[in-house]
Amino acid sequence: MLQAAAFYVLSAVAILSAFMVVSARNPVRSVLFLILAFFSAAGLFVLLGAEFLAMILVIVYVGAVAVLFLFVVMMLDIDFAALRQGFLSYLPLGGLVALIMAIELAMIGSLWVSAETAQFALRSPTPEGVSNIEALGAILYDDYVLFFQLAGLVLLVAMVGAIVLTLRHRQGTKRQDVGRQVRRTREESVEVVDIKSGEGIG
Amino acid sequence: MNDFVTEFGPVGGALMSVAQILGFMVVLLVSLAFLLLLDRKVWAAVQLRKGPNVVGPFGMLQSFADFGKFVLKEIIVPAGADRPLFLLAPLMTFVLAFISWAVIPVAPGWVIADLNVGILYVFAISSLGVYGIIIGGWASNSKYPFLGSLRSAAQMVSYEVSIGFVIVAILVMAGTLNLSEIVEAQGGGFWNWHVLSLDMLPWPAVLITIPMFVIFFVSALAETNRPPFDLPEAESELVAGYQVEYSSTPYLLFMIGEYLNIVLMCALMTVLFLGGWHAPIDVPPLTWVPPVIWFALKVFLMFFMIAMVKALVPRYRYDQLMRLGWKVFLPTSLAAVALMAGFVVYSNAGA
Repeated sequence: MLQAAAFYVLSAVAILSAFMVVSARNPVRSVLFLILAFFSAAGLFVLLGAEFLAMILVIVYVGAVAVLFLFVVMMLDIDFAALRQGFLSYLPLGGLVALIMAIELAMIGSLWVSAETAQFALRSPTPEGVSNIEALGAILYDDYVLFFQLAGLVLLVAMVGAIVLTLRHRQGTKRQDVGRQVRRTREESVEVVDIKSGEGIG
Repeated sequence: MNDFVTEFGPVGGALMSVAQILGFMVVLLVSLAFLLLLDRKVWAAVQLRKGPNVVGPFGMLQSFADFGKFVLKEIIVPAGADRPLFLLAPLMTFVLAFISWAVIPVAPGWVIADLNVGILYVFAISSLGVYGIIIGGWASNSKYPFLGSLRSAAQMVSYEVSIGFVIVAILVMAGTLNLSEIVEAQGGGFWNWHVLSLDMLPWPAVLITIPMFVIFFVSALAETNRPPFDLPEAESELVAGYQVEYSSTPYLLFMIGEYLNIVLMCALMTVLFLGGWHAPIDVPPLTWVPPVIWFALKVFLMFFMIAMVKALVPRYRYDQLMRLGWKVFLPTSLAAVALMAGFVVYSNAGA
């Protein structure tokens, strides 16, 4: 009973905050509601017994990705009132996309609910006596290791691409080179000059 | 909690676990009051001052006097501030600082929630800690807090990466994510602690584990915005960073949260590297001491070191901070993870 109560509270919070993401007037608040939605989704994962996924969701999405969102939204001075003006003209298209997604979700949901097909939908059920993380690790690193590594490579290429796009060598800036600072010796940096009184360096 | 339910029934069990949590919180807060005093006393001693010495014997009650002062003052919310978020930020910092303690094992079986993913839980909660600061800085609607919160967020996100890799290396070594099991694997003597780990791995592993401990220590300083990485507060440039507009109880909550996070990092270092509740050597006079005392002593030692760092080291420049995090710690800890995995595979194959 406690689990059912937790499920309804978490899903209600998730749905409400997802709604607030699109309806909040202030963009920073939208992002904060998005974070709340992520967080409730993580709670739902815990209820499903997928605690590893829940923690990863919090660490990656809430702890890193949403921080960057918040950064951008806080620093950009976007006039959201102007963005909202096209709301009615975009409504039919947006409504259509939402409808299609709702139908697809309902189809997936019906697959899960019917008892005979539920086991089929679960490709590899968690084996008995093995923790969630070990089961996931076994699947990722034993059965699908090639795809896992390929996914990593794709991410690496994306990262290199992002760096190449933003890397700019500016001329004339002074950079700190710690290696050079450490390698500096007394001989090359200090010069003792014997100046006669009243003559100056000349 | 499940043990309580089987022992005292559903209602009694729930009450017992609430009592357990409250008791732990009270112990934490009282210890925190004295650790805060220790911090100030160490700082003063290094600078040849006396430090707080008026309230109570040797100034022992100074923290409680400060507490009373903060609570009794008026809460001021700036006119341009986003009121709900302005008050939410310190609450978030405070609550998040407490809930990560739920999985820290202080003695055999003395843990509120013995999670299977304990270390990931701590990591997740500490990555949430940045929100208290960002929201606080933004909701103040003022320049210095905003700049301070931006700095702090960038800093915390950067150093979380190297903390994460150090934790991964330890996990590879221990083979579990449960904090109690990590501590249990370190029993028998100080040479078995993960900072040396001479029983599990061939001796050259020491060349990885000791630098990992150092990286974790320095990253913990940066993660908790402690000197020499207290750039978000940098009073000479930003007045006091994200806390400028805060006064009275909200400020107190920020400060308690910050210090509690520091102590949490000390506890994590104790659990991950220094053998948790285990005595340094398993011989009678040392094993008579209760495990929780050993745990507290190690946390105390780590906190003393952090306090000394605050007193001794000048503040880093911001670009130096970022360079240290991304160009020094990140590659080093990444290489250490790879090497450590190699050691573990090698020693398992040999055994």
